[in-house]
Amino acid sequence: MSFLNHLINGISLGSIYAIIALGYTMVYGIAKMLNFAHGDVIMVGGYMCFCATTYLGWPPIAGVLLAVVVCTALGVVIERLAYKPLRMAPSLAVLITAIGVSYFLQNAALLIWGSSTKSFTSVVGGDPIQLFDGQLTLTRVTIVTIVACLVIMVALTLFTGKSKMGTAMRAVSEDKGAAQLMGINVNTTISLTFAIGSGLAAIAGVLLCSAYPTLLPTTGSMPGIKAFTAAVFGGIGSIPGALLGGILLGVIEIFAKAYISTQLSDAIVFAVLIVVLLVKPDGLLGKHVSEKV
Amino acid sequence: MAMLEVTSLGISFGGLRAVDELSMKIEEGGLVGLIGPNGAGKTTVFNMLTGVYRPTDGGIRLDGQNLIGKKPHDICKMGVARTFQNIRLFSNLSVLDNVKTGLHNEITYTLAESLLHIGSYRVKERAMDKRALELLEVFGLENVADYRAANLPYGKQRKLEIARALATDPMLLLLDEPAAGMNPNETEELMETIELVRKKFGVTVLLIEHDMKLVSGICEYLYVLNFGRLLAEGTPSEVLKNPEVVTAYLGE
Amino acid sequence: MNKLKKCASKLKKYAASRNGRDTLLSFGIVIVAFIVVQTLVLTGNISSSMKGLLVPICAYIIMAVSLNLTVGILGELSLGHAGFMSVGAFSGIVVTTTLADAIPSGTVRLILAIIVGAICAAIAGVIVGVPVLRLKGDYLAIVTLAFGEIIKNVINVLYIGKDASGLHFSILEQKFQLADGGKMIINGPMGVSGVTKLSSFTSGFLLILITLFIILNLINSRSGRAIMAVRDNKIAADSIGIATTHYKLMAFVISAAFAGMAGALYAMNYSTITAAKFDFNTSILILVFVVLGGLGNIWGSIIAATLLTLLPELLRAVNSYRMLIYAILLIAMMLFNNSSLKARLLEKRGMRQMKKLEKSEKEGA
Repeated sequence: MSFLNHLINGISLGSIYAIIALGYTMVYGIAKMLNFAHGDVIMVGGYMCFCATTYLGWPPIAGVLLAVVVCTALGVVIERLAYKPLRMAPSLAVLITAIGVSYFLQNAALLIWGSSTKSFTSVVGGDPIQLFDGQLTLTRVTIVTIVACLVIMVALTLFTGKSKMGTAMRAVSEDKGAAQLMGINVNTTISLTFAIGSGLAAIAGVLLCSAYPTLLPTTGSMPGIKAFTAAVFGGIGSIPGALLGGILLGVIEIFAKAYISTQLSDAIVFAVLIVVLLVKPDGLLGKHVSEKV
Repeated sequence: MAMLEVTSLGISFGGLRAVDELSMKIEEGGLVGLIGPNGAGKTTVFNMLTGVYRPTDGGIRLDGQNLIGKKPHDICKMGVARTFQNIRLFSNLSVLDNVKTGLHNEITYTLAESLLHIGSYRVKERAMDKRALELLEVFGLENVADYRAANLPYGKQRKLEIARALATDPMLLLLDEPAAGMNPNETEELMETIELVRKKFGVTVLLIEHDMKLVSGICEYLYVLNFGRLLAEGTPSEVLKNPEVVTAYLGE
Repeated sequence: MNKLKKCASKLKKYAASRNGRDTLLSFGIVIVAFIVVQTLVLTGNISSSMKGLLVPICAYIIMAVSLNLTVGILGELSLGHAGFMSVGAFSGIVVTTTLADAIPSGTVRLILAIIVGAICAAIAGVIVGVPVLRLKGDYLAIVTLAFGEIIKNVINVLYIGKDASGLHFSILEQKFQLADGGKMIINGPMGVSGVTKLSSFTSGFLLILITLFIILNLINSRSGRAIMAVRDNKIAADSIGIATTHYKLMAFVISAAFAGMAGALYAMNYSTITAAKFDFNTSILILVFVVLGGLGNIWGSIIAATLLTLLPELLRAVNSYRMLIYAILLIAMMLFNNSSLKARLLEKRGMRQMKKLEKSEKEGA
């Protein structure tokens, strides 16, 4: 039974990684940049929800909504101010700028909320569910997280596959110039991608803090790196890849913690990533692009 | 024995047969053209000859030595050098350094000498400079030796690429559409240079062109490729008269 | 007139050996900076917190120059450079602590630590480089990040102790008992404590000179050209007989070896040090130096490493806002570096130079 318990916890943690990884993957697909500040948007989402529920006494759902609205706006503003001027710049310049944005968000949070740990009240109340005579314990957050991840996945797949905006997004990620010639507003499309990615980050932030209720200005960075790893793991740019990568990463991490060593769990996760990339250099579901000679 | 001997060479990409049953023979000192319409598989042949692609079947022998399965850099060491259809220079290096890089296996010294600039470093570097400048002079590039390669005009970039290939002291030089993007005057000048290079360096030349008129002027022998298969071969005048070749070029 | 022509040809040669001039300039400025700072230290005109930064600045300069070899010269993005620094730091500490009784001279121990640090980091470089360099672009970057984290995690659970019977190792927990008089060298997540400070500003300065000498020599050599050829066009490099994998690995391993030296130098400056010090953030910090200094621009790396290490210190007056200002400055610098304003300024300068050249040619003729 403990195996099943670990598996479910792994899937739950993996679902959070997957939601974050979706943001990475969408932004990478369209802007061809590694948005290192993405992890810190998660943290902002966590703080927003915390402020709404703890300081203002809002109901949890209002807190989640506030987090989503603020992060969406934040994502768009970051893109407009910091990344848009660099669209023609080398990718490393954009990467460093993203790191600058990450430092900025962390230190702004430090100034506003201080360096002490805030204890986050889970947005999903209620007692854990006991199954099989108490041998299997499921917290409600776990269930909500997994369900949320699935809903988001389905919605995003439908959105990018069927809607007009989604088609525009795919077009821009294939070829910006050609998309523009077809009358697609590239700037709006990129903004929209950042908006969706950041909105998802807010949800991930709330879920993450509900499951692991400590909130610090650096809360987002490690999950950010792991989710980035998950996105690469699954094949960066691929939406199903982000889901697969996220879930696998979460399960491997929880299993490594449970059966091998807590201290080495991160090392094991990264080692698996390396092995996968050596066997499949474009990630599990990534597209292979070879250079024409 | 022929300098280059290709026997029933073929390659498939997935289900696509890009080159099939191609046999060629090039004698030492020859200047041979490989022609055919766009997409006929000419560059794919070059990629197999230089080890970029591994052929699915058939054989390639250079001076009697097998080339199949060898790595590109080993094939270069064995005496095959090439240029590319879409120019591939070391764009951030100077013109001189591009050619000096071509001398990589011609004039060598150890890593320790590289790191500490001791031993034969100075002598060898000077020898490289001298040899590189000589090569640049052949192509009239000596006065732009310290330019960044990327800043050269297009025609000079093509010439620099040939100079770099020659620096590796090849037996066989493969030129992939050397005249692409040049105007008629430049083309004529280039063809003269190729002729000169062949005599001066004693190198065997195989060149790709899809403009038949152009190659018929300088090539002694032509192979015509269409849909990956050999359509015709012979001297330029024979090939030009071949009705199948005319159809392949002009359509029915 | 003849004299003028001669002069012009001399000038041309001078321009052709721009690399040589850059080398001299770098060395000159580093030496002058050392003399100035050393004078300030000796005359007591430098704050103690500034003084404490001198060795770290030296270490960061070496880190930045060595990372520039991977990112700027070889053209592959590495996000785990701090991992090699860590390997150098801890192997160096093991050496100095083990030999504390055998070799009384601190300088000799420091030199040995730096050499062993370089060798161990180079070995780590081979182990990481062989698989990593088969990948491309962002995938390569993420795997270097992964290796950096693995190195941090593994050193974090490493226990090394020494007693009369020799060295004892274990991982995850301390599985050995030390005899009386024994000493723990690396104590898992607690890291190392009670290190004798052996590094000094002078040793850091000398190590910078050695690093600059070797890396600039490498760039201006057959091997360096081969590495840059692989960066600019791998397929073309292959086609002219360069064993691309070999040269990629060479650049990567040399870069790792210098990071190991920097690590040993850095570690010997503190009495305690933990593996967590050399994390992803440190790797990123070094990368920021390299990118801001300019890819492939060794001398830019030196300036960026110095200024950006000093910057938080200079912003002490606005203490709680300093990291925020640092972040804003970083973004602003990146935006300026790639802005049309800078492009226009450069263009103007280019035009001026061209006019000058034309003028001098006319006068010469």
